[in-house]
Amino acid sequence: MLLEVRQVAKRFGARDVLKSISLEIASGEFLTLLGESGSGKTTLLRLIAGFESPTSGEIWMNGARLDTLPPYKRHVNTVFQHYALFPHLTVQDNVAYGLRVTGVPAMEIPARAEAALRMVKMREYAEARPARLSGGQQQRVALARALVNRPQLLLLDEPLSALDANLRKEMQGELKALQRELGITFLFVTHDQEEAMALSDRIALLRDGELEQVASPREIYARPATRYAAQFVGQTNLLEAEVREGIASCGSLNWPTTMQPGPAVFSLRPEAIRLGSQAGPTPYAVRFRARIHQQVFAGSTENLEVDCAGQVLRVRIPARGTLSGEQEFFFEPADAILVRR
Amino acid sequence: MYSRAYKTIVSVPPLFWVGLFLLLPYALMFAHSFWLVRDGMLVHEWNWQNYVKLAQSPLYLDVLFRTARIAASVMVLSVFLGYPLAYYMSFHAGIRKELLYQLVIVPLWVSYLVRGYAWKTILGSEGVLNGFLQYLHITKEPVSYFLYSPFSVILMLTHIYTPFVFLPLYASLEHIPRNLIEASHDLGAGPRTTFLRVILPLSLPGLLAGATFAFVLTLGDFLGPLLVGGPSSVMIANIVQNLFGTAYDWPLGAAISVCILALTISLLFLTERLEKRWSFR
Repeated sequence: MLLEVRQVAKRFGARDVLKSISLEIASGEFLTLLGESGSGKTTLLRLIAGFESPTSGEIWMNGARLDTLPPYKRHVNTVFQHYALFPHLTVQDNVAYGLRVTGVPAMEIPARAEAALRMVKMREYAEARPARLSGGQQQRVALARALVNRPQLLLLDEPLSALDANLRKEMQGELKALQRELGITFLFVTHDQEEAMALSDRIALLRDGELEQVASPREIYARPATRYAAQFVGQTNLLEAEVREGIASCGSLNWPTTMQPGPAVFSLRPEAIRLGSQAGPTPYAVRFRARIHQQVFAGSTENLEVDCAGQVLRVRIPARGTLSGEQEFFFEPADAILVRR
Repeated sequence: MYSRAYKTIVSVPPLFWVGLFLLLPYALMFAHSFWLVRDGMLVHEWNWQNYVKLAQSPLYLDVLFRTARIAASVMVLSVFLGYPLAYYMSFHAGIRKELLYQLVIVPLWVSYLVRGYAWKTILGSEGVLNGFLQYLHITKEPVSYFLYSPFSVILMLTHIYTPFVFLPLYASLEHIPRNLIEASHDLGAGPRTTFLRVILPLSLPGLLAGATFAFVLTLGDFLGPLLVGGPSSVMIANIVQNLFGTAYDWPLGAAISVCILALTISLLFLTERLEKRWSFR
């Protein structure tokens, strides 16, 4: 393990921002801390960077205690949300800063700074001051400034949130490619679940200072552990069901389950519900009729809202012209995932 | 858009004001510096005599150099007092910030004269400081050097002008984004390196503004030497005051004033250029 966060808690005044977080990050991994604002994701990042110290718990890196070191003694670098480039230094000097202050031999510095700038395609701006650069360019410089120090762990605090949508997509691709190429461990903070899914090897979903689920994007999407995880990552239908004798019932829907009797919540992704005419129902498929409430065309898919005896369900099917009236749908019981509350 | 007439109407009063109370007096002063006094009468005869006298007389040049020396001392001392204070308040004072800020500002409301007399009370041979030193048996006799010396003038002016250094410095320190300091630590720079490479360069405009205040204000000060200075601490403004008063040589006084004005304006011009170069927003 590169980094181990052991039961870390952080309290600001009367507010528990983090409540006993434990998390391990493997070397070379791209891990995303995903959560809404106020979930504590940035605080966790700042604890690892050393800008805050935990109220309780420990952080270890490579088998050595990390949380007792000041930030300037940690082999961790940060890309800040608003880049935090030094306005009085040129791009080149910004990038060389970390090398200069840590006593890297002066002969090595220009070549390393230049290589880092080339890596983020900013070499021709070496003499410019940050104020003259666009947001995307500043972002690249901030990345080069952090990477030039060859950190074992790079922390990225919503680095793409200030960029416009197209540039963000482009930078996502570049970030991912860079991470693979360099093999540096990335700890990425974002509130954007799509971004988290696109980039991460694993996602740690935070909610109100607690970890909701830590898993790969596919795992989180396919098997959300909690109701919150199911809703926050992708869209879903939450079915509040009552389980009795191996059958879960929710409104007019009934499907077999192995769960214990009692109330239970199931997550059913919109694309798990299919139109009756679509191929592939197994003998166990749950069939039901529902009225088309709303239909939104989204290119390759249609997003439907259907009414099944008073229960509104979201359905995503391949594009197939306008639907109306009542239609037959089905879903596989295995696609209804039990989630914790 | 405003009409032409409106623009004219609103710009006339300030222009009139500046013209009447600033430009006209300066023009008069400038003119006076080229006239002369003969048999106790002002004679409107254009000549260079005053400037020649200034350049040739070691007295005036000595006083001018002394004034510059005192101004430089006050500037350096106020910077060394004001910078740590501003730094502490901006970065470490926390919730005490407001209170400390008031403590710096409130003395500015006290009259200059009162503060001058306070120093007299402290430094005089019967004063608080001498009394205290004798009480502790550190000195046997009152130390006369405390008062009526360049020392007392520098001390008093430093006391008076330190807030003027502090205020722009504090403002520029407050404007440094805190994430720059975090970024510096993050990149491996300790507190000392961070101060030298990030905080100090970014506070230079404020430092320069403050230092200029202290220097220029001291340069033109005449009350300080008058209250706590002696013959060895006469400053150029005292000479000017004397020339316009008892000595009755307005042309020579005007010539000195023109020189100081030129010096001050070129200083301000220079520092403004530097400040522009050192601010990166």
